[in-house]
Amino acid sequence: MTEDTKASLNARRAFLGKLGLAATCTGVAAGAGALGVLQSASAKTEPAPAAAKKTAAAGAAGSGPAADGKSFPTADYDWTKHQWAFGVDAAKCIGCLRCVEACKHENDVPRNAHQFRTWVERYVYLEGETTARIDSQQDPVNIEASGSEKEDRFANRYKDQKVEKAFFVPKLCNHCTHPACVQVCPVGATYRTPDGVVLIDHEYCIGCRYCVQACPYGARYFDEEKGVSDKCTWCYHRITKGLQPACVEVCPVGARVFGDTSDRQSPVSLFIRNNRVSVLRPESGNAPNVFYVGIDKEVN
Amino acid sequence: METVIHSVPYTGWVYPNETIFEWSVLIAVYPYLTGLVAGAFTVSSLYQVFGFKRLQPVAHLALLTSLCFMVFVPTPLLLHLGHPERAFNATLTPHWTSAMAAFGYFASFYVVLLILETWFAYRPFIVEQAQKRTGLLGTFYRMLTLGSNDVSAKAIAYDQKWILWLAITGIPAAHGLHGYVGFMYGSLKSREWWSSDLMPVIFLFSAIISGVSLLVVLYVASCKLRRIPVDVPCVKGLAYTIWGFIMVALVLEGLEFANIVYKGREGVEMIMEYVTGPLLVPYFILQFAVGAITPFLWLSYMIWRGTAGRALVAGVTACACLVLFSVFMMRWNVVIGGQEISKTGKGLLYYQLFIGGKEGALVAIVLCIAPIIALLGLSRLFPPWVHGTVSSRVAAVGEH
Repeated sequence: MTEDTKASLNARRAFLGKLGLAATCTGVAAGAGALGVLQSASAKTEPAPAAAKKTAAAGAAGSGPAADGKSFPTADYDWTKHQWAFGVDAAKCIGCLRCVEACKHENDVPRNAHQFRTWVERYVYLEGETTARIDSQQDPVNIEASGSEKEDRFANRYKDQKVEKAFFVPKLCNHCTHPACVQVCPVGATYRTPDGVVLIDHEYCIGCRYCVQACPYGARYFDEEKGVSDKCTWCYHRITKGLQPACVEVCPVGARVFGDTSDRQSPVSLFIRNNRVSVLRPESGNAPNVFYVGIDKEVN
Repeated sequence: METVIHSVPYTGWVYPNETIFEWSVLIAVYPYLTGLVAGAFTVSSLYQVFGFKRLQPVAHLALLTSLCFMVFVPTPLLLHLGHPERAFNATLTPHWTSAMAAFGYFASFYVVLLILETWFAYRPFIVEQAQKRTGLLGTFYRMLTLGSNDVSAKAIAYDQKWILWLAITGIPAAHGLHGYVGFMYGSLKSREWWSSDLMPVIFLFSAIISGVSLLVVLYVASCKLRRIPVDVPCVKGLAYTIWGFIMVALVLEGLEFANIVYKGREGVEMIMEYVTGPLLVPYFILQFAVGAITPFLWLSYMIWRGTAGRALVAGVTACACLVLFSVFMMRWNVVIGGQEISKTGKGLLYYQLFIGGKEGALVAIVLCIAPIIALLGLSRLFPPWVHGTVSSRVAAVGEH
């Protein structure tokens, strides 16, 4: 073996040794990170978010009602005593869009055709077609029919065609048990309350829009004016006072049902118990809490 | 004043809230810059840790490039945030289940590591300048010595140990940082185009080829500007690095696409319509054919033919430019492409790039050029080519 070959082999050995060292460092770092973080970062866990911690800390510090053994977070409402859920009977929905308008009015949602806390989808099967034609109130044809983005209406666009099957599907945030939006929020500004409502702390949200991307249902939007994400809260300000969400309140046909599943006789408990309900995108693992009746394969 | 909403055109069925594009070109620039950092650091490590001697002329340039680009990495994110003044919330009260929460820590750790390594690498130069210069610049260098003026062979050997260990630590740090950027997209199950286990690795390999290519371009340009001959073995070494990694990058991207098509999950029809329609040119033509396969074949040809001298330098530089373009297109096709396919799986949206505005093309271009200007400034204070490397200095000190 020549001196050159020996030197070359030695250099190669040294290189491989260093490569092994680097690989070990990477492996150790990755392993430690994976073990420590993955358990708590799993979508199925429910870590205490910053906003919820803040509220709980106020109570624990003796200043809140919980410290006095009273209800929490307010004197009139104890969020540990409720478990809210929502039902949608698509067979009943007539697509009047009062729910959409009530929601926009109640929650100060921007009056345009691109930002909604709730919306209604129309599914139409024309004769001879196997897939549905789908639109919502934001569709340009519907906007043209209503005359303004501030007015919501479904245009009678299929009046000259033979419709085999058609139905409306109200949509809103699913307030999932394992919400992807909560999992991805880098600051914990969006969180799930003990009574099962996913909320956003607008004072803490940094406006990164990661939650908007993570929601598979398109239920979130970014409020440019406020610089924060926004979505349906099931009208938390109303339900904690014993009222119904605005959309449920105005629905003329009872297509939207809301209530407390911890009360077996509540409208939503009866809705879930007496119907064969389904949820949207169950394969996502998010475990939604909006239960549907009367939807078909095209709805997701 | 009413807020201006920029909605985008669409076809098919899309959710109403999707009609406003949430992640703009700046979010494509962010992983691009991070990738350049990781890639440049790879070159530095190949020399400092793995002893690739032929990369000596670019070892310090790689370190400075990495540092300059890293400083600008958070800027596209800050410009994008609805409340940039709350950005530190993610570091002060991180929500650990979020893939984004650790960014502040990762990035800060890596910046500190880069600054430390650069300081050790330049310490003899800083000491020399502190002793030689007077005035404001002299004071600047004296402050940078941090009171450590010992440049004996023993001290420099000690520095070298630090550099080695910092470089070793930097390998998982730089590549972890970029793999983690890929994870931010790959872990989202809401979009079929993003939701892939391969995404972090794909980001990583594309990062490496982009960073190495950037160094080729910077090194050759710097030689031309300084009117000195290009070190051909060094360029050849960089070319081999690009050539090796581009093969893996291409295979990984191909595997990922094959996965999507072969699994054929819900919404795959829309993906196929998209890639054979609006994405045909940006994805298959620009990213793959022009940006990746052409330089791969070109480099293969040069290696096979044993091309040398000016032809090699010109060829490798041209290939590097193509790779830089390809990797930017990859970031674009992931970030913008992912959002152009509706979450419904039944519609397509069409992103409209504005020239002006906070998240427009001009800002994106400025953000890509700004690190190079910073590098130009920094290289005047810390010339990456005058003093060689620490290893060579150790050897030089030893000889004396």
